[in-house]
Amino acid sequence: MPKTLFDKIWDAHEVGQGLLYVDLHLVHEVTSPQAFDGLRLAGRKVRRPDRTLATADHNVPTDGTPLAARIRDELSRVQVQTLERNCAEFRIPVYSLGSSHQGIVHVIGPELGVTQPGMTIVCGDSHTATHGAFGALAVGIGTSEVEHVLATQCLVQSKPRSMRIRYYGSLGFGVTAKDLILATIGQMGVDGATGHVVEYAGAAIESLSMEGRMTVCNMTIEGGGRAGMIAPDETTFEWVIGRPGAPDAVPDEWRLLHTDVDAQFDKEVEVDATEISPMVTWGTTPGMVVGVSERVPEPHSGQDERALDYMGLEPGVPIEEIKLDRVFIGSCTNSRIGDLRAAAEVVNGHRVADSVYAMVVPGSQQVKIQAENEGLDEIFRRAGFDWRGAGCSMCLGMNPDIAAPGERVASTSNRNFEGRQGRGARSHLVSPQMAAAAAIEGHFVDIRDWEANGR
Amino acid sequence: MRAIETITGRVSVLNRDDVDTDQIIPKQFLKRVERTGFGEFLFYDWAKEPGWELPRNPILVAGRNFGCGSSREHAPWALEDYGFQAILAPSFADIFRSNCTKIGLLPVQLDVDACAAIADAGEAQVDLAAQEVRWPGGRAHFEIDPDTKHRLLGGLDDIALTLESEGAITAYERERERRGPVTTALA
Repeated sequence: MPKTLFDKIWDAHEVGQGLLYVDLHLVHEVTSPQAFDGLRLAGRKVRRPDRTLATADHNVPTDGTPLAARIRDELSRVQVQTLERNCAEFRIPVYSLGSSHQGIVHVIGPELGVTQPGMTIVCGDSHTATHGAFGALAVGIGTSEVEHVLATQCLVQSKPRSMRIRYYGSLGFGVTAKDLILATIGQMGVDGATGHVVEYAGAAIESLSMEGRMTVCNMTIEGGGRAGMIAPDETTFEWVIGRPGAPDAVPDEWRLLHTDVDAQFDKEVEVDATEISPMVTWGTTPGMVVGVSERVPEPHSGQDERALDYMGLEPGVPIEEIKLDRVFIGSCTNSRIGDLRAAAEVVNGHRVADSVYAMVVPGSQQVKIQAENEGLDEIFRRAGFDWRGAGCSMCLGMNPDIAAPGERVASTSNRNFEGRQGRGARSHLVSPQMAAAAAIEGHFVDIRDWEANGR
Repeated sequence: MRAIETITGRVSVLNRDDVDTDQIIPKQFLKRVERTGFGEFLFYDWAKEPGWELPRNPILVAGRNFGCGSSREHAPWALEDYGFQAILAPSFADIFRSNCTKIGLLPVQLDVDACAAIADAGEAQVDLAAQEVRWPGGRAHFEIDPDTKHRLLGGLDDIALTLESEGAITAYERERERRGPVTTALA
């Protein structure tokens, strides 16, 4: 019987009905302390430390703090130190502050080559779907499940339904993976994929870099999806092979990881890629999104009205007239070397508008080092950007990087929820290129015109 | 985890769709390393809005796609600590729904009309064994995964249940486990 990519990975990992074996468990400081406590209380061990890997990311200051002990905020310090202590006790490898491999968990997994095609991957974080870009089944879990996986290396899971989103045509000039996924969520809604594992397919997906594919899969959860995945191909293999945790040659079985012709999905969605423009969110969910050349829409519900009120926006205002206070380039969605190169290319030779504070936060220490080797940090600094250390930073404001009440932010992150980037802060989600151009102009601009006319 | 049979009492109503876990428990409270004491921070920012009212009842009636966003289990912890034992909504986000069942907070999916009727009635009884919600003037059936139901009715420990499959897990590791990556070999 023809199978989907999802079916193949599921079948290869089913220990018993509804019990899935986990090939890789990624751990971070926020959702794990209570899980380790649970193990201790029950006198349980970590079954497979060799399939577990931890890092500190959510809480870490991005000011170059070299050690957990130097984190000024007491609660953050305790949380990171607790992670280090738990990992030492249970013999789990941890990349904490001071490690040259520390970084956002969804950046370092692929970077270390421990994210590979065909794997099952879990992490106590909703953006775990990121790893699906490699043709893995990667799901976000809660703390009780973290404890369960630590103890058993298995996840209790009834099989989600399957869904395929197929893109026709290719993306236009200046339109990125971020715009593709924002437009998709805008089309299907923030619960359009709930209960489903999503496979992204079509020429527009195949032509994306691995960074772009990670951006797409990363935001699957913003459409409600349990996981997102993309069939691995030569682009994938070339990216993975030779990394520290990866094999030196492509294993034969990786080449079988694709959906068979005639395999059935529970739900199919089609999106015309040629119609997608650079996108900007105007509201307080990622689905409240329009093209940059459009206007803030009329409210259609109480929820819309509330969102407009929170965002301090009037219907009918052109998106390009929205003025910004801050620009944040970073997060597990858009902080990889490809993202930083794209933003640097836009910024090169320009200055950040006087009214804007702009920051770039590389996703990992390795991304930071590579960017500095390529001179990207100099381009950003010369333009007036703040060049920071690796971490989640302003994506969720659990660390000192937060926006003030009422401040308006162009952000390359994944969530524009109320208060996400600071209480009362107003977030607009965009691509790295759009964020970079907005930083220069002090308001949103259509990157397609701006590149053509602005120089 | 405490066993669930029936949950009876007054209902609180939060008539908003797409309520995300950042609203349920804002990020500044995720720095704690304990799993108790989150109730007082529930809806921390919204609770400051004029006219906000959310009595500490056993049942919460919420809107569509409740619990979307972050996987933080702190959200169910906060709701449970606040006093809720069951949440009734037209739909739930996947991770949130799963997290609730792990701590014995019962997510009940009902259609919009039933949710509205229960909100109006002001009180209800959720009967897990019968998979039914009853309220003055109506009743509605709800679906729940049979394994989850069994676990909630018995207040059973998920990990202990899985460890009963120890033989199968060991056999899987011996016969089918993929080679690598070996995280402990990286450093």
